[in-house]
Amino acid sequence: MKPFTVLDGLVAPLDRANVDTDAIIPKQFLKSIKRSGFGPNAFDEWRYLDVGQPGQDNSKRPLNPDFVLNQPRYQGAQILLTRDNFGCGSSREHAPWALEDYGFRVLIGPSFADIFFNNSFKNGLLPIKLGADEVDELFRQCIATEGYSLKVDLAAQTVTRPDGRVIAFDVDPFRKECLLNGWDDIGLTLRHADKIRAFEAQRRAAHPYYFA
Amino acid sequence: MEAQTLYEKLWSSHVVHQEADGTALIYIDRHLVHEVTSPQAFEGLKLAGRKPWRVSSIVATADHNTPTDHWDQGIQDPVSRQQVETLDANIREVGALAYFPFKDERQGIVHVIGPENGATLPGMTVVCGDSHTSTHGAFGCLAHGIGTSEVEHVLATQCLLQKKSKTLLIKVEGQLGRGVTAKDIVLAIIGRIGTAGGTGYAMEFGGSAIRALSMEGRMTICNMAIEAGARAGMVGVDETTVAYLKDKPFAPTGESWDKAVTYWRTLKSDEGATFDKVVELDAATIQPQVTWGTSPEMVVTVNDRVPDPAGEADPVRREGMERALKYMGLEANTPMSEIRVDQVFIGSCTNSRIEDLREAAAVAKGRSKADNVRRVLVVPGSGLVKRQAEAEGLHEVFLAAGFEWREPGCSMCLAMNADRLEPGERCASTSNRNFEGRQGAGGRTHLVSPAMAAAAAVTGHFVDVRTLG
Ligand code: SF4
Repeated sequence: MKPFTVLDGLVAPLDRANVDTDAIIPKQFLKSIKRSGFGPNAFDEWRYLDVGQPGQDNSKRPLNPDFVLNQPRYQGAQILLTRDNFGCGSSREHAPWALEDYGFRVLIGPSFADIFFNNSFKNGLLPIKLGADEVDELFRQCIATEGYSLKVDLAAQTVTRPDGRVIAFDVDPFRKECLLNGWDDIGLTLRHADKIRAFEAQRRAAHPYYFA
Repeated sequence: MEAQTLYEKLWSSHVVHQEADGTALIYIDRHLVHEVTSPQAFEGLKLAGRKPWRVSSIVATADHNTPTDHWDQGIQDPVSRQQVETLDANIREVGALAYFPFKDERQGIVHVIGPENGATLPGMTVVCGDSHTSTHGAFGCLAHGIGTSEVEHVLATQCLLQKKSKTLLIKVEGQLGRGVTAKDIVLAIIGRIGTAGGTGYAMEFGGSAIRALSMEGRMTICNMAIEAGARAGMVGVDETTVAYLKDKPFAPTGESWDKAVTYWRTLKSDEGATFDKVVELDAATIQPQVTWGTSPEMVVTVNDRVPDPAGEADPVRREGMERALKYMGLEANTPMSEIRVDQVFIGSCTNSRIEDLREAAAVAKGRSKADNVRRVLVVPGSGLVKRQAEAEGLHEVFLAAGFEWREPGCSMCLAMNADRLEPGERCASTSNRNFEGRQGAGGRTHLVSPAMAAAAAVTGHFVDVRTLG
C-alpha cells in the first residue's frame, strides 16, 4: 500500500448525500478480476451521457457537462468533498479502487458508510470526518474559489484551509500508523500467528462442531 | 457476572489479540466466498506467496453473475464467465469445505445456501465479501460483510481486524397485522432510523414480534440491517433457531448436536443487559411498505402518497428528495396505489426463501399477471429452495399466473447477469436496494414484500395486499 503523509491538493465538491457504491462504480465494471483500471469509470452514470460498458475507449465517450467532476476547474483534484453517508451500499472494494485510480487520496465529509470507510484505509485513501458546519463551509469556499486546495497532514491530523484556518480531525491510531507507513495489514497480523494458532486450538477443543 | 448483550458475548469469544487503541483481531469461523469479490483476493494471496489459513472454513458458490435461464447454454457474457471460471479455478486450487458451482443442485445466493446447509451456525463469526452477510446474524452469530482486502486478510490469517461496535437494540413488540411481513417490519425500521441510523452499531432485533418470526423472516430483517447502516444485525437464539438447524447437512449430529445446542441456548442478550441505544416499534401499527425513492429510507405505507419535498425543511434532504422524484419519474402527492409497474421481481437474498415464495404464491393463486406488466420474474434463492417450491407446486401457481419461473441466483437484484430493467422501467421488487440504476441503467425500483410484489403483479399497480382478500 502507498504510504500517506502530507497532501496539498485541489478540492472537488460532490454536493450530494447518500452517494452509494453503485454510483461510485456501476456494476457492469465489477466483473473485472483485476484491482486497477477502474478510474475512468468512477461515477460513470453521472459522468458520461451514454451507458458505459467494460472494455470501451472511455476517451471517446460523450461527457456530461453538468457533472461537477467534468468541469475544467476540478481536473486533477485529489481531495473530494462529500456529504452525509458517502459510500453506502455494497461492501465491494471496487469503490475505493475506482476513487483511488481516478486520483483521489482524501475524502472529506460529515459521515461515511462503515464498510466503505474501512475499505478506504486499506487502499491508501484517507476518509476524514468533519463536523457538518465545517464541511458546509468547505463546500462554500471551494465552490466560490477557483483552484481551491487544502493541505492534509495525517501525522498532525489537520486540514489547513487556504485562509489559514486549521481543522483537526480524528483517526484511529492503528489505522493512522498503517497508512503513514504504508503497512500491509496481513503482514502485521501474521506477527501474531502463534496467538492465532493457540486461539484456534482452544476453540476447536471447546466447540469442535465449528471445525467440521 | 454482569449482564451482557448478545453482541458482547459473540465479540468476547472471538478476540485473539487487542491493540492498545482497541483494534482487535477477531477469529473467523466461517468464510463465505462468491465470484465477484474474491478474484483479487486470491490473486493477492498468491502474489504474496501465502496459503489459506484454514480451508475448511470456506463455503463457496457462484451467484451474482450466473444466468437464471438457458443453463444448457452456459454463461453467455464472456466477462461474467471469466469471473465464474476464475472462482472455479481458485477453489479447485485451494479447496473448501463445500463448493456449489454454477449449475450444482445446491448452488444459490451465498446468503441463502449458508443457512440452509447448516454452514451458518449460532455462535460463529461469519464473513463474506458482500454487505448482506448481515443476513446470517439471524442465527445468533456475528456476521458482517467485508471488502476484498479483508477477504484476502481472512484467507491468509483466519482473522479480521475490527473495532468493537456500539450496540443498538431494535425492539418490535406486539402482533403484526394480517398481510404484514418481516419485510414491512424492516422497511418501517429503516424509514424510522434512516439509512445511517445504525452506522457504527451492531444491531440486535428483539421483542415479541421478532420472536414470533420464522428463521426466514428473521433473515429478511437481518439482511437489511446494512441498509440501516449497521454492518451486523442479529437475533438471539431460541427454539425456532434450533429447530431450523436440526438435520441440516453441516449441522452437528448426535452428542455433538446436544453439546452445541446447550451452548447455543446461551446466545442471547441477558436480562438487564444495557445497549448504547434502544429504538422501539409497535408491530400492530406497521402497514405494508413501499419505497418511493432511491434510498431504502425513502419509504411510506402503500396507503400513503408520494412525499412532497416542499414540506422538507432541510435543504440537503429536500434536494435529495427532488432528485429522487425526478429519477423515479414521480410527482409529489401521487397516491402510491396509483403507481403502475412494468416489471416485478420476486427474489434476492432478502426474499427468495421458501416462505417468501409461499407468500407470493398465496396472492398469485387463481389470478394472473396484469396486462401492463411486461414481466414477472420469480427467482428462487437456491437449488434447494427451487426443488422445495416445485414439490409444493408453487411453480405451477406462478406459471399459471403468467409469471416466469427461473433458476436460482442474484438475478435482477443487481442485474449483473442478463435480467434487468430497461431505462425508465418501473419495478416492484422484493430485493433490498432501490439505488439509481441498481436493477439496470435508468431502471426504477420500489422495494416491497413478496406478497406486495405479487399483488402489484396481478393488479398492475401498487395495492394494499390486504384488500385483495
Ligand atoms: S441477492 Fe442481491 S443483495 Fe443479495 S447477495 Fe445477491 S446481489 Fe447482493
